Amino acid sequence: MTVTPLGIPRRLLEFTLDGEPVRAPEGATILDACRAAGKDVPTLCEGDTLTPKNACRVCVVEVEGARTLVPACSRKAEPGMEVRTGTERARHARKVVLELLASSVDLSTTPRAAEWIKEYEAKPDRFGPDAARVDEEPRVDNDLYVRDYGKCILCYKCVDACGDQWQNSFAISVAGRGFDARIAVEHDGPLTESACVYCGNCVEVCPTGALSFKSEFDMRAAGTWNESAQTRTTTVCAYCGVGCNLTLHVQDNEIVKVSSPHDNPVTHGNLCIKGRFGYQHVQNRD
Amino acid sequence: MKSTRKRDRSPKTYTRLTHPLVRDSRDEPFRRATWEEALDRAARGLGAARGAFGMFSCARATNEMNYVAQKFARVVMGTHNVDSCNRTCHAPSVAGLSAAFGSGGGTSSYEEIEHTDLIVMWGSNARFAHPIFFQHVLKGIHNGARMYAVDPRRTSTAEWAESWLGLNVGTDIPMAHAIGREIIHAGLVNEAFVRRATTGFEEYRELVEPWTLSLAEKVTGVPAAAIRELAHAYARAERAQLCWTLGITEHHNGTDNVRALVNLSLLTGHVGRYGAGLQPLRGQNNVQGGGDMGAIPNRLPGFQDILDPAVRLKFESAWGTALQPRHGMTLTEMFEAMEDGSLRAVYCIGENPAQSEADSGQAVRRLSGLDFLVVQDIFLTKTAELADVVLPATAGWAETDGTTTNSERRVQRVRRAVAPPGEAREDIDILCDLAARLGHDWKYADAEAVWNELRSLSPDHHGMTYGRLEEHQGIQWPCPSIDSLEPPYLHGRLWEADAQRRGRPAPFGIVQHDPPVDLTDEEYPIRLTTGRRLDSYNTGVQSSGYSSPLRRGESVELCPEDAEHYGVVVGEEVRVTSRRGSVLAPVWVDTALRPGLAFMTFHFPDEVDTNKLTIEANCPIAGTAEFKASAIRIEKLPAPGHVNRPAHPSRPTHVPHGTQVR
Repeated sequence: MTVTPLGIPRRLLEFTLDGEPVRAPEGATILDACRAAGKDVPTLCEGDTLTPKNACRVCVVEVEGARTLVPACSRKAEPGMEVRTGTERARHARKVVLELLASSVDLSTTPRAAEWIKEYEAKPDRFGPDAARVDEEPRVDNDLYVRDYGKCILCYKCVDACGDQWQNSFAISVAGRGFDARIAVEHDGPLTESACVYCGNCVEVCPTGALSFKSEFDMRAAGTWNESAQTRTTTVCAYCGVGCNLTLHVQDNEIVKVSSPHDNPVTHGNLCIKGRFGYQHVQNRD
Repeated sequence: MKSTRKRDRSPKTYTRLTHPLVRDSRDEPFRRATWEEALDRAARGLGAARGAFGMFSCARATNEMNYVAQKFARVVMGTHNVDSCNRTCHAPSVAGLSAAFGSGGGTSSYEEIEHTDLIVMWGSNARFAHPIFFQHVLKGIHNGARMYAVDPRRTSTAEWAESWLGLNVGTDIPMAHAIGREIIHAGLVNEAFVRRATTGFEEYRELVEPWTLSLAEKVTGVPAAAIRELAHAYARAERAQLCWTLGITEHHNGTDNVRALVNLSLLTGHVGRYGAGLQPLRGQNNVQGGGDMGAIPNRLPGFQDILDPAVRLKFESAWGTALQPRHGMTLTEMFEAMEDGSLRAVYCIGENPAQSEADSGQAVRRLSGLDFLVVQDIFLTKTAELADVVLPATAGWAETDGTTTNSERRVQRVRRAVAPPGEAREDIDILCDLAARLGHDWKYADAEAVWNELRSLSPDHHGMTYGRLEEHQGIQWPCPSIDSLEPPYLHGRLWEADAQRRGRPAPFGIVQHDPPVDLTDEEYPIRLTTGRRLDSYNTGVQSSGYSSPLRRGESVELCPEDAEHYGVVVGEEVRVTSRRGSVLAPVWVDTALRPGLAFMTFHFPDEVDTNKLTIEANCPIAGTAEFKASAIRIEKLPAPGHVNRPAHPSRPTHVPHGTQVR
């Protein structure tokens, strides 16, 4: 008997994307269809292992007949829909979102942010130098990972990964409301006094580098972090028998951080403290 | 901002071995040697011990390395004496499952537990020991499955349970039999399945008949109503998963425990269907694969039976050698054979038995008495310190290519990401060089060549080319064909209508309750059980390498009542004594325990050698020792050399702020 996991067959539905007819499987989002069609829609709070949160609004597109712009990451494609990704209105909205985020938050370690700011001609400086939302030093309270809330765009991905979508540790939450909202652990204390179990699954989903490996943080501070000189090799964890796939990021023959493939059937991108941080023993070389 | 403080109980950190070490006698220190000299010495020592040789293979290394290691034992040394640390953990699962179904693997896949209706976690703190498996369990719970935890400790796994059945240590069989009896008496047996797919039901019914709920309550300490509830929930579920870990297997009757659980799945038909099955959670990255590759004394690669002449013939012609038609010695039997002198040389690859065996004092004495010991490892472990020749190897998971096999039988690719330090070499190359010196010229271009040889001999692995493993992100065995994949669960055959296709029916295991060997009494009133913590691993050689904020060193964990009874507080050092040995350990207070039950791990043997306390009472079938049940006493030390702080029983899992443990 052959059982290749095909899933339930899904009907293809047709709609129009930027004037071109496209077909997408039932249940797919507009973003899925855009990516399948090779269209580059920017995203920040979207995560391939998480339920869409609709927090950042940088992926908005225009749907014919809809009063407001819609987030491509969560709106399901529907038959007959007419979607336009590059209208003046959509581009303007993205520009403003990028301006607001980049003026209030440090996007220097956000992949592609600089490119998008240029493409959408965003001018974050127009709000002046006092627009930064958080003015504090990165929090270095343990040897495994660092929290730099000056880079946090409040996308909630870490909250969801720590909460009921994956880790179920519920160590991270949003404290405060409105302008005072921020990500925090209990009583906004150090991690070492929280319910954190150091799985690093929040680091895995963080889109801006607000959460980062201590090793990456230290190397960036020393000016030695060089992603272009790193190799990524996927192997299997050396601890328990669950068989989690690890992607080892190696620079100069040193493992500098560990991630996991998001489409892996064992991990779905998640690891535990041992798998994510317990690699140092191989490189205790002298 | 608070800076990170180094805890005082930071464990010993091991540095990598970078060149071979040799010595002429055990009294001398090691000296650095060339590979040439070290291999010559190793070959000489092993060659002199033909007929009295044992191989400890490595459940941490790749399938390919395990294949070559067992081939070395069988072809070069002419013995089936090859085993690994699977003996100290899940050998009873393999023995129990293969007695029932003819195959020793877990029957289900991780994904299935997300789509099941009922989950039983028996003797398993998967939340700590198998965290990513537990994420699949949590998905199942969020999807509506109910979970029951059966464990002497109210673990962090039990926190997610519908009901926690906190049984007394070593009373798993009474609990299982009472559940079986209740299912029978409530008329909830899957009669069609029992009739068609099993044998021995009548005998089983008689066996469990005395185990009434009230008797079980008396023996296990779990209220009858809770046992009844679990029995009904398990039997009534459309699909149910029964998972266990070392709480079941690390007993002197571990195989019997496994069979008692398997009986429940036979009674209810919760096996061989999607979402219904049995899942032993394996403890080492490749403990499943090591056994599959034949690094066990009773099976050839592909879990093929040594006693089957046709199987032997296949391997004899492939390997050009004669194979003895009998089983070799298990790790446990090899240690006993060291005692009587019939085993005189050991080649130990990547294992640390000097610290991982129960009654470690005895293990060290036996290893020290060997004529010749070669240790091949990435660190100078406590076992390596006893050796004549130490060979520096590569770390399987990050420095070699190959495959490993996980708990759901998924064979996955391991890839080289970093270059090994110094002169360290790959295990397979070392083994081949030794084989050449002993008259066997093996040529493997790479790990894939080894794998392809295995594929040609093992039908269960035949369809798994490296290309397909990459394409599918791993493939579960059995995979006999290179064109198709099998279902994710095993033993679907038991549900076939046709008796021919159904094959051998699964026998009920007729097993009796037998309490732990190490009885508690007035002198040793406390039951000590062992397990793992979240951030540490086995003897700590690997996990000591990174700085975990959760780590607080070894301690003896007591319930608040016992701590009060002995007048001890968190951090206070006490003497812990069993009938075999005695250690000093600081106290920790954990509300997950109850009076008379203490908990320790063996993660920090260089600070607190917990295995000095454990008993080497072995399962006669699988050879696994009773790590889970020793009798101890706690003694308060006369001089108060301790941190004078009150216990914090309300926050057992966190270090109270400002308290330095010890």
